[in-house]
Amino acid sequence: MTDEQPRAVAGTTYGAGALLILGAVLGLFLMARAADPVMGFHGFLFVAFCVLGVYWLIARHSGGDADAGRAAAQSVRYNDAVVRAGVVASTFWGVIGFTVGLVIALQLAFPVLNFDLPWTNFGRLRPLHTSAVIFAFGGNVLIATSFHVVQRTCRARLAGDLAPWFVFWGYNFFIVIAATGYVLGVTQAKEYAEPEWYADLWLTVVWVVYLLVFLATLWRRKEPHIYVANWFYLAFIVTVAVLHIVNGLAVPVAWSGTASYSLFAGVQSALIQWWYGHNAVGFFLTAGFLGIMYYFVPKQAERPVYSYRLSIVHFWTLIFLYIWAGPHHLHYTALPDWAQTLGMTFSIMLWMPSWGGMINGLMTLSGAWDKLRTDPVIRMLVISIAFYGMSTFEGPVMSIKAVNSLSHYTDWTIGHVHSGALGWVGFVSFGAIYFLTPVLWQRQRLYSLKLVNLHFWVATIGILLYITAMWVSGILQGLMWRAYDTLGFLEYSFVETVEAMHPFYVIRAAGGALFVIGSLIMAYNVWRTIRGDLREEDSVSSPQTIAAAPAG
Amino acid sequence: MAAEKHTDDYTGIETTGHEWDGIRELNNPLPRWWLWTFYASIVWSIGYWIVMPAWPLVSSYTTGMIDYSSRALVAERIEEARSAQDVYAAKIEGAALSEIQSDPELLEFAMAGGRSAFAVNCSQCHGRGAAGAPGYPNLNDDAWLWGGTLDDIAQTIAYGVRTEHDETRVGNMPAFVSDETLTRDQANDVAEYVLSLGGREHEAAAAGRGSEVFAEHCAACHRAGGVGNTEVGAPNIADGIWLYGDDKETILETVTYGRAGVMPIWADRLSPATIKQLAVYVHALGGGQ
Repeated sequence: MTDEQPRAVAGTTYGAGALLILGAVLGLFLMARAADPVMGFHGFLFVAFCVLGVYWLIARHSGGDADAGRAAAQSVRYNDAVVRAGVVASTFWGVIGFTVGLVIALQLAFPVLNFDLPWTNFGRLRPLHTSAVIFAFGGNVLIATSFHVVQRTCRARLAGDLAPWFVFWGYNFFIVIAATGYVLGVTQAKEYAEPEWYADLWLTVVWVVYLLVFLATLWRRKEPHIYVANWFYLAFIVTVAVLHIVNGLAVPVAWSGTASYSLFAGVQSALIQWWYGHNAVGFFLTAGFLGIMYYFVPKQAERPVYSYRLSIVHFWTLIFLYIWAGPHHLHYTALPDWAQTLGMTFSIMLWMPSWGGMINGLMTLSGAWDKLRTDPVIRMLVISIAFYGMSTFEGPVMSIKAVNSLSHYTDWTIGHVHSGALGWVGFVSFGAIYFLTPVLWQRQRLYSLKLVNLHFWVATIGILLYITAMWVSGILQGLMWRAYDTLGFLEYSFVETVEAMHPFYVIRAAGGALFVIGSLIMAYNVWRTIRGDLREEDSVSSPQTIAAAPAG
Repeated sequence: MAAEKHTDDYTGIETTGHEWDGIRELNNPLPRWWLWTFYASIVWSIGYWIVMPAWPLVSSYTTGMIDYSSRALVAERIEEARSAQDVYAAKIEGAALSEIQSDPELLEFAMAGGRSAFAVNCSQCHGRGAAGAPGYPNLNDDAWLWGGTLDDIAQTIAYGVRTEHDETRVGNMPAFVSDETLTRDQANDVAEYVLSLGGREHEAAAAGRGSEVFAEHCAACHRAGGVGNTEVGAPNIADGIWLYGDDKETILETVTYGRAGVMPIWADRLSPATIKQLAVYVHALGGGQ
């Protein structure tokens, strides 16, 4: 096998180069024949992507192997380079996505910040924010951590030589196409699935390769059993593929144009959309990030997972029940009552399966609770599990029709989403990034644990400001909308409810600003760690050093 | 699960015996409270399915024990709310506007209904407190473009201003300069005159010349002295109340390009009773005649 490897690599390099040249020609053709300017621009970006890809292949082929030095130290020659790229990309997109979120929060508080320009309008920046945080930040975190975790827990090198790189670069190219499209006004107007048909097709190709890389790595594992984190990653990859393909089914208006018509219409379209939308939460933001939790919490705490049995039962119940819960987004709409009932009851039954993950995460710390005092990374991971528990309780509560009649369409929903997104997804990702950086760059520890501590507090206060402001404004909003006077007339006009929201929007923006500051602190810390700097700090235990050493 | 036995030192609990990158798993049972809460949520859901519409069948669905239908329920609630108001609504529909004003009970209802309807339908242009905005009249003052009696107000609301309706309010401020009726100098003079009528700072000589232009071209609608005419919606320009603004630039813009503000027809969208309530409410805001 070792003899054949160099030749095989060269072969795939030529193949990939040929494909990239073909892609560049296709991009040029699109540029020439584009039905609208944005398609022309995206054709140009595709040409640039392919040309840079060819250049990268040549540079890679003629350069040495960066990982060669480590290979001797490891029993398995892990592919860490692509994971390193993922950590850098995650940090970068995180800062971008949180900042755009702050901008649109300020726009809601001070509408003049829309600047009356189409490109800076709230309507275009909002999907830019949601896609940047969920798909650009979250997606890169998931790809990077899954590539790391699957290698370490299978004791096998990531399958494929170029394929993991294609997944990384291809996915990030998708993000660039989606983001530039939003700003230029291209959208298929499906929430969290705004990219148009051609971007969807590209993502499908990337995602299938991702699945194949993951499966092939599992296939060549040297452990008899598949570790629980990998079940969650696999469920995430498979289900997101199904969701993405079905919800994205569309007929392009012209093959060379950006616009398309969805295959679905009316209430069917709404149901498919929220089947997709809710399971984007369930499988992207929950199952995927539970995969992260199941590896990084026991690693950082250096304790065994609390219950194997619980991990099995809550895994299967979670993925079986989640897929039904989407209709709770469509309570009191044209959706038939029976579908609303199923959406609500399955959401209630989902409560305990969700909490299984919380129990397994928190109880894994038994025997290591003292680390909360000394290790800010563990503190971040534990708080993320606490927010996970809180938002997976709040979710079923809000799915109850009586509660939903008050909470629906209000800021309460926004607060709920952000307690999950900032608290759970954000913090568990930060914990993973802080764990991975010294491991991947072979540093003794992070540049500064004090900065991690600062990040923790600044971001936690930010989240608390955010969600408490949205609870108050959401409930206030809901109550104002439904208020009647004694003679049966509406008490408030819509604009009065908007006016009442203003102070809470300012508080929310302040909370968001703190969260952005926290992410900048993290970016600085990661950058200094990568450079190999160590900040002189007193009385800090260095769990990173311990974690990096072989466990015994 | 054929793996070697291994026990965690700290808890004394056996692990599954596997190890992945240093991670082991304890063989703890499912927490009891967790399991029983999960079972309870399933039992509750099954109960809910029995009571409510729940499962799709081939061409219908299980309707449940109580025949619940959210659509029927909302129709019922709306009907309830409507019938609670019916007594008053019917009286208001049958009563003349002045009768509503003199009956304390009807007046209270009409004011509440008018306030609510105003907030929902009118505040977008006229402002929440009806103080107006440039181009959208203030409804709290004594100045009325189309008349401030109850009937005048009701008619303006019902059929609008410069709409397609036969009974619409019509009147036109011509574009004197762009139509080449007046020269720019004449427009400047008449603007100075308008400023003098409104008691604003002005150039006396130009205003003097402007008064002649005004007499010839403007007084037909705005009347001598600029007191206005509600028949054609020509504003009083001597009362110090300005629809578009009291600076010379705005007045010149009006003289040059004309004005044709529009108020929509509400008779299509609001019931006669609601329009009456709105008329009573707007009349009571301060300046009703």
